[in-house]
Amino acid sequence: MEWQFFVELVTNGMLTGLMYALVAVGFVLIYKSTDAINFAQGEFCMIAAIVVAGAIKLYGFPVWVAIGTGLLFMLVFNWGLERVVLRPMIGRPVVAIIMATIGLALMFRGLGPLVFGAETRPIPLPIPDQPIIWGPFFMAPIDVLGAVISIGFMAVFGWFFMKSRKGVAMRAVADSHQVSMAMGINVERYFVLAWMLAGFVALLGGLVWGSAIGVDTQLAALGLKVFPVVILGGLDSIVGVIVGGIIVGVVEAISAGYIDPFVGGGTKDFTPYVLMILVLMVRPYGIFGKPIIERI
Amino acid sequence: MLKLNNVEVIYDGVILVLRGISIEVEVGSITTVLGANGAGKSTTLKAISGQLKAERGEVTRGTVEFEGARIDHLQAHEAVQMGIVQVFEGRRVFEHLTGEENLIAGGHIVSTPVMKRNMELVYEYFPRLYERREVQAGYLSGGEQQMLAIGRALMSDPKLVMLDEPSLGLAPMIIEEIFGIITKLNEQEKTTFLVVEQNATLALNLAKYGYVMENGAIVLEGNAAALKENADIKEFYLGISSGEKKSFRDVKTYRRRKRWLG
Ligand SMILES: Nc1ncnc2c1ncn2[C@@H]1O[C@H](COP(=O)(O)OP(=O)(O)OP(=O)(O)O)[C@@H](O)[C@H]1O
Ligand SMILES: [Mg+2]
Repeated sequence: MEWQFFVELVTNGMLTGLMYALVAVGFVLIYKSTDAINFAQGEFCMIAAIVVAGAIKLYGFPVWVAIGTGLLFMLVFNWGLERVVLRPMIGRPVVAIIMATIGLALMFRGLGPLVFGAETRPIPLPIPDQPIIWGPFFMAPIDVLGAVISIGFMAVFGWFFMKSRKGVAMRAVADSHQVSMAMGINVERYFVLAWMLAGFVALLGGLVWGSAIGVDTQLAALGLKVFPVVILGGLDSIVGVIVGGIIVGVVEAISAGYIDPFVGGGTKDFTPYVLMILVLMVRPYGIFGKPIIERI
Repeated sequence: MLKLNNVEVIYDGVILVLRGISIEVEVGSITTVLGANGAGKSTTLKAISGQLKAERGEVTRGTVEFEGARIDHLQAHEAVQMGIVQVFEGRRVFEHLTGEENLIAGGHIVSTPVMKRNMELVYEYFPRLYERREVQAGYLSGGEQQMLAIGRALMSDPKLVMLDEPSLGLAPMIIEEIFGIITKLNEQEKTTFLVVEQNATLALNLAKYGYVMENGAIVLEGNAAALKENADIKEFYLGISSGEKKSFRDVKTYRRRKRWLG
């Protein structure tokens, strides 16, 4: 049935999109507090997944312990990264920080297989293998889990960011480092917090994507993959990331379902970028991005 | 309360901006520092609030003391902890935060109940801020932004509030309103103010004691009443004695000529 096919494409696109959003929100976190774009977010997901999968495979850890290990690792890893690489760069041009994250990304991508081996490993989450069939909906359990984790994280993080005092301080830091300091806000501590949060969400992203497609250095490509999501949504909006993720997921699914059969496949790999460029032409800040306020 | 002793400030390791200035601010007073563009007024405030480091400046000689403790090498957020808060030139509100969120950020270092109490107090003094509390600060009017910047500074329970050119770019009516509120805060809340201004008439009506700064040095100081009567001040800052208002450019060339001849 034609409409059933369409519904299936859209639901699965939405689920995938929410999983993209989980990776994309890592960009938003860093951008909102430091004004820099962290090109290593995809690599963070890869590292987190490699640690979890490695702990299971090499040391025989139970899944939950392995996830705990991964979490601890990511928090410490990103804390250290902020301290050693990024803090000395505070006050430098944003471009310098962006270049540093690109350098880090390439380094991690090269080091990952050296340290953990190049084979593809699974992350066996305790979820059923059979697809969930619910009326016309036909969904992979890992996609559903990924979408639920994504929505859960966004809700909690969104509350923290918009409503809590620490969230307000974090946004103040994003608005102006100098003025925040003049309010008694320890700006450096909020940078660390942002990077550790980015590490945490990378663990979530690494887990769901790692169990969906397997763990190897390919995971790092997620970073570029979600770039249209980030740009579509606007680099600094949580709602934007969710909407952007869903749009990209659905566009991918629909082009894979309707266009690929005619051209022999592969369109879903670039349609999100086409969309991204179109949106940028109309709305340079993305759909939900904040415009630069200009009034004298 | 606050004592600057022969303070010298150098930016970038070579640019000497403050050439040994001494300023004192008494508890509960309003003190003003007057000076033309580039005199070093903002730099003086930054030396007190620990903001120099962010601009690669440093106190290289002399001392800054606050309630008996040396503070010339504190970080900005540590200065706030000690009770010193600076309201920047040009207001510098957090544009993308609402008015109320600006206040919350201003009360970052105090507990939530104290923060809420201070917020009520700020709204009491600045009712306009209450009306506009949900508006993104970037869209507030200049006067409202200045009120917000001052209100935000009050949120941390400061002992000393330093205002950098609060009248800058505002209409006379708004300035009068804001300066009235500053006086009220000083009288009722016993907040101590150090106010930097280019507008000498305003500043000397507000303050009890004043300093005149030029080229990184204090050239004149005294009670506000006495300064208002001072011939030089009348001439150069109030533009009174000559009958016509003089621009800063005139003042500067005149000064230069005077020094040249003297
Ligand atoms: N970060 C900096 N690096 C180098 N020089 C600086 C820096 N900040 C200020 N200066 C210089 O120090 C001098 C005093 O500047 P300051 O901002 O303290 O003056 P001001 O009295 O506040 O002037 P205005 O009335 O224009 O605000 C100026 O000559 C300025 O060029
Ligand atoms: Mg100034």
